[in-house]
Amino acid sequence: MKLDPSILDDTEKLNLALRSLYLRHGFTRFRMGKFEKYDLYMQNKDFLISDNIITFTDTNGVLMALKPDVTLSIIKSRRDVPGTLQKICYNENVYRVSKGAGCFRELMQAGVECIGSVDERCVGETLLLAAESLALCAPEYVLSVSHLDILRSFVESVSDSASVRRRILKCVSEKNLHGISGICRDEGIAWSKAEALRALLGLYGTPESVMPRLRELCAGRALDAELAHLDSVLSVPLGAGLGGRVRLDFSSVSNMNYYNGVLFKGFIEGVPDSVLSGGQYDKLMRRMGSRSNAVGFAVYLDMLERLSDMEAVVPAFAEE
Amino acid sequence: MLNIALPKGRLGETVYDIFENAGFPCPSIRESGRKLIFENPDADVRYFWAKPSDVSIYVERGAADIGVVGKDILLEYEPDVYELLDLGVGTCRMAVAAPRGYRDNPQHTLRVATKFARIARNHYAAAGRDIDVIHLNGSIEIAPILGLSDVIVDIVETGTTLRENDLEVIETIVPVSARLIANKSSYAFKTAQIERLTRELAKKEEA
Repeated sequence: MKLDPSILDDTEKLNLALRSLYLRHGFTRFRMGKFEKYDLYMQNKDFLISDNIITFTDTNGVLMALKPDVTLSIIKSRRDVPGTLQKICYNENVYRVSKGAGCFRELMQAGVECIGSVDERCVGETLLLAAESLALCAPEYVLSVSHLDILRSFVESVSDSASVRRRILKCVSEKNLHGISGICRDEGIAWSKAEALRALLGLYGTPESVMPRLRELCAGRALDAELAHLDSVLSVPLGAGLGGRVRLDFSSVSNMNYYNGVLFKGFIEGVPDSVLSGGQYDKLMRRMGSRSNAVGFAVYLDMLERLSDMEAVVPAFAEE
Repeated sequence: MLNIALPKGRLGETVYDIFENAGFPCPSIRESGRKLIFENPDADVRYFWAKPSDVSIYVERGAADIGVVGKDILLEYEPDVYELLDLGVGTCRMAVAAPRGYRDNPQHTLRVATKFARIARNHYAAAGRDIDVIHLNGSIEIAPILGLSDVIVDIVETGTTLRENDLEVIETIVPVSARLIANKSSYAFKTAQIERLTRELAKKEEA
């Protein structure tokens, strides 16, 4: 049977083009055929984009949830096999409160997860695959990359207080340097303690332009291993000639109880919010009782609905 | 071209002067009339006037790359934007005000009239005080006079309106001033322009 691509809308074509890309890279497809217990999401609610979840009672009286997320189900459905790497991709609808509409929506999402023996090469290849996913969406894209372990070191040197660190992290996510100064003033923290963090936040640009300055800033902070990790991960997209698409940006923040290491977000021109987000989540794996490491990302296809340039995907899909 | 949303009114005019002095002029904006959008291709900028509380919506949704908005609006609506600079203008404070001589009775739920429900809730939640938020859209000062609320949470600039209505500030929640905000995606694609503008505005503010 031959499929006529003209029966598919642009989002469906992109969804299939992404699936094709991931299968070509050796990922196996995961399908969520059943619902998860509400508890799974509640125990890890800070990992979710939103803690608003649609629940229902199953025929046996157990409280279930309409999937707000796919990653947790993938982790739950696998077993640790030492020394192996599982590469899983998915195309699923998830149910979340849409930021604009303020009500629940069915949102199409595609993504990949690498779980098991995840090394720096694997994280780098995931970053490269994220860039290739963005390239399928639009010709102009930017992949913004942060390193949470480096950021954590700078934030922790400002204050020991968990609540102050939380407020500082919020300012970090807003590139709000005056806000950090204000917190220091209010809390009686010496200006000099936040100077390095302010300098870190001021770094923004391609790895080529930022890495030398980052190395200078990290001098004397015992961050050699983290810098080597970041260097090694970035060498993969840089080796593929995508250095100009990558921006080092330490304002990308996520829950540090779940994420570690490299964190990234994808932007495409003409879409006001990030359309892709991902990173390493070894800490989530530990919380879920696994010894494996993990990295992955999701592409939010609902964000691309209004993208006028999406016909770029069509020829790519037709060729395949 | 950099799209800039400015708040309509006196604050917006002050802010435009700062932008112009920083090297981002658009002379047509000073022409009288009802036009709301102004372009200067030479400076690669397009300005538009928006209702102050809507500026953050234009920026968050990418219709504007950057904008100027009061900290009160950022705290109330929590838009997902970068807050790049405190411009140090439009200064005032978010405060709790009550009729002169008012004494809080902690046995009762505190009735709070405000336009800023989130700010009021967060403030009293941090203090562990149970409140009933009465959301009003204007003339907040009359709520305690008419017995609709015990206190109000509102912006206080000079305090004249409060005094004339026999009210007084009993607590300052947070100082407020105008902030330069940017859309996160615009920042990724118009980095050089946004960074240059931020740098120039910061210089002016320091001077």
